[in-house]
Amino acid sequence: MEIDHGMLVAFAKSFGLFYLIAFSVAVLVYAFRPSNRSRFERAAHSILDDEAGPWR
Amino acid sequence: MVSRLTRGERELAIGILVLLGFLGLAMTAAGGDGPLGIHGLVVIACAVGTTFVVIAGLFATEPGDDRLSRYYDDPSKVGIVLAIVWGVVGMFVGDWVAWLLAYPEMTFDAAWASFGRLRPVHTTGVIFGFGGNALIATSFHVMQRTCRARLPDQISPWFVLLGYNLFCILAVSGYLMGLTQSKEYAEPEWYADIWLVVVWTAYFLLYLRTLARRQEPHIYVANWYYLAFILVVAILHIVNNLAVPVSLGHAKSYSLFAGVQDAMTQWWYGHNAVAFFLTAGFLGMLYYYLPKRAGRPIFSYRLSIVSFWGITFFYIWVGSHHLHYTALPHWVQTLGMTFSVMLLVPSWASAANALLTLNGAWHKVRDDAALRFMMVAAVFYGLSTFEGSFLAIRPVNSLSHYTDWTVGHVHAGALGWVAFITFGSIYAVVPRLWRCREMYSARLVEVHFWLALAGTVIYVFAMWNSGIIQGLMWRTYNESGTLTYSFIDSLVAMHPYYIARAVGGLFFLSGAVVALYNVWKTARLAAGEQTEAAGDTPVAAPAAAGSLQAGE
Amino acid sequence: MFGFHYRLERNTIGFVLAVIVAASIGGIVEIAPLFTIDETVEEAPDMRVYTPLELAGRNIYIREGCYACHSQMIRALRDEVERYGPYSLAVESQYDHPMLWGSKRTGPDLARVGGKYSDDWHVAHLNDPRDVVPQSVMPAYRWLSRTELDSDDLGLHLKAMRRVGVPYTDAMIVNAENDAYGQAAPGSKRAPGVAERYGEGTNIRAFDGESDRLTEMDALVAYLQILGRLTDAAYERKTEAEE
Ligand code: HEC
Repeated sequence: MEIDHGMLVAFAKSFGLFYLIAFSVAVLVYAFRPSNRSRFERAAHSILDDEAGPWR
Repeated sequence: MVSRLTRGERELAIGILVLLGFLGLAMTAAGGDGPLGIHGLVVIACAVGTTFVVIAGLFATEPGDDRLSRYYDDPSKVGIVLAIVWGVVGMFVGDWVAWLLAYPEMTFDAAWASFGRLRPVHTTGVIFGFGGNALIATSFHVMQRTCRARLPDQISPWFVLLGYNLFCILAVSGYLMGLTQSKEYAEPEWYADIWLVVVWTAYFLLYLRTLARRQEPHIYVANWYYLAFILVVAILHIVNNLAVPVSLGHAKSYSLFAGVQDAMTQWWYGHNAVAFFLTAGFLGMLYYYLPKRAGRPIFSYRLSIVSFWGITFFYIWVGSHHLHYTALPHWVQTLGMTFSVMLLVPSWASAANALLTLNGAWHKVRDDAALRFMMVAAVFYGLSTFEGSFLAIRPVNSLSHYTDWTVGHVHAGALGWVAFITFGSIYAVVPRLWRCREMYSARLVEVHFWLALAGTVIYVFAMWNSGIIQGLMWRTYNESGTLTYSFIDSLVAMHPYYIARAVGGLFFLSGAVVALYNVWKTARLAAGEQTEAAGDTPVAAPAAAGSLQAGE
Repeated sequence: MFGFHYRLERNTIGFVLAVIVAASIGGIVEIAPLFTIDETVEEAPDMRVYTPLELAGRNIYIREGCYACHSQMIRALRDEVERYGPYSLAVESQYDHPMLWGSKRTGPDLARVGGKYSDDWHVAHLNDPRDVVPQSVMPAYRWLSRTELDSDDLGLHLKAMRRVGVPYTDAMIVNAENDAYGQAAPGSKRAPGVAERYGEGTNIRAFDGESDRLTEMDALVAYLQILGRLTDAAYERKTEAEE
């Protein structure tokens, strides 16, 4: 198969949509996975108390 | 500052500076009396000047190991001051060119003072000088706090900060000499670009090394934004600046791409500079300083993650909306337009997340101008991203493109969002960096807030008016089917708005000057307090600290 | 200890890779087809390259930041075509390293300004725009007439342009400096070579009005007068459409 302009254009026009869907699903799964909940909670609160100095 | 470095670090610094001096010498030798040679002299001057500073402190007593139990904030302090100084300079030049458009005679027959050479001084001064220094300074502060880890060494942050400022100086002095690649926001010539790549690599490694020192597997979201800023700006910078110099002794180069490809590459860069320099980096600031100052965790951490990936993913497609109706193929324009509209979702998610975080802390917003700066920033972020998506729609763009509307849009973002979040963060971080309770004067913060807000509103309204009038005049037909207005007619109609815009800019500039004064006073005051108090604040050093630092 | 550290690193590296993937694929997919565009783009067999003098003028245009106020891209919109001329084609900027399409029209579009005014008009206008257009806000560029053109390294410039893909011949490169002088000194010994190498249609005139001196004004005006005239493709396209 030869890579010509028409093919690249067709790919560019169609690929974005599927890429977008797959990407969104992956991000949403990561963000809303229940097992990540406590980690995110902890992270969100972690910044409120960080002036004491480095851990090590 | 130098006294906080160990003896070995001071020697390393001198070593690096000597190398830099030789680099400057090589540039002078190759460039002769051309601009490259002059830039060689600039590099030598910077290297020698800094070497003197280091040598002056070379034999000062070394810091004890207790330094390792505290964060390393000296580079952040210098970075914040540099940011505001660049801000004042950049905004001053911006206002100057604004007046030039109303009174063009102010060029007084000097090449360096003409509009075309000063405009990039303004854009580089505010975007890279003010914004970039603020990003670097706050990123050092934020990454240490969120990782609960000290910077891995005390030399690379200085290399990054000062090296970056050398890049800015080369850029700006080059424009005055007429040295530019003409690519907007990527004007510096090839050797300055290469230097920035070196500095940026050190920055990236510094960030990774600090992250590697953290205890918690999860990385706080502000760091994601900073890291995306560093990474993607590197990619954009390298690709868009590919060029062939006339010779190694010439400052001038010819870009690798031509015509359509060059235009697409340029605006892929141009718009993603907006995305990853002016948005992602500053969102990093927002996600740390706003919750911190409000004393409440971010409203939804999940939402911040989703919008992070949304912004990273969508932005990269949208550059072509700068090229609607041009010789760029139609389907590329459509792609850019579609993604631009979709971009509204993650953008508004971020703005809403910030504003909802303030729910329950509105009394603080009322009383605390620093927090109010950040609140207004979030509002303007929401507004200007909406406007951006709107302007990317092709028929709208046919009216707005090439007019002052674009300029107004950019400044709604640059003043209302970028500068407001920066000043808010500066007012939040300065007392913490200098270890005093508050800014020197809360009243002056208040004054700055209202000057900045008034300036932004005047500016943006002036440009909306002039832009829309201009766009409409260019396309108005009379009954016989010919164009009603000549170009000059539209030019004359702009005059009052150009004056209004320059006045708005003057307000904003005065605010920045107030900020500089306030920060300077705070630093001076804190320095005084600390020498008095130094005797009675012993810090207990953890025993293992030294070995851990060495084993990094 | 090692395991823990390793996991931390894996998180960071994974994140870095994810950002690179998310942020670069869009650009690649969008830009890649443009590099095969030659297969579909309009043909312009009559397209010629910039002469050394015009290239020097173009570099002055870049140096002075004219692109900050002037676009060189007429969009395919009725009012623009009527105001400025046939809309710009991709092929017309195929030798433009970099392109100067611009993004702001504080002044009018210049894509087709070549031949619109006389050389004298341009010289007067650049020396002081308000002499010819009283309402103008364009800066005066008086130093251009005062400054001799730096022409001794033009050969190197052409060579660099050839390296990025512009078809300059060896003869053009060797004679670059001569041609720059010749183009601004009609009747001189060096003038015929210009027409020979760049075509009979090349403008050979004393652009700034004096043929004994080669100034930056010569170069800039030579460049302005060729804008939109390197090929007739856009005009042919227009007549085709009208028929
Ligand atoms: C501050 C913005 C600005 C800059 C910078 C600028 N111009 Fe202009 N230019 C204008 C304006 C406004 C006009 C319309 C009024 C006039 O004709 O002077 C104009 C008009 C022109 C025209 C006449 C166009 C026509 O079709 O009537 C030419 C040619 C031109 N400029 C060339 C240049 C060149 C070459 C440079 C750089 C050396 C330059 N301009 C820099 C603002 C600018």
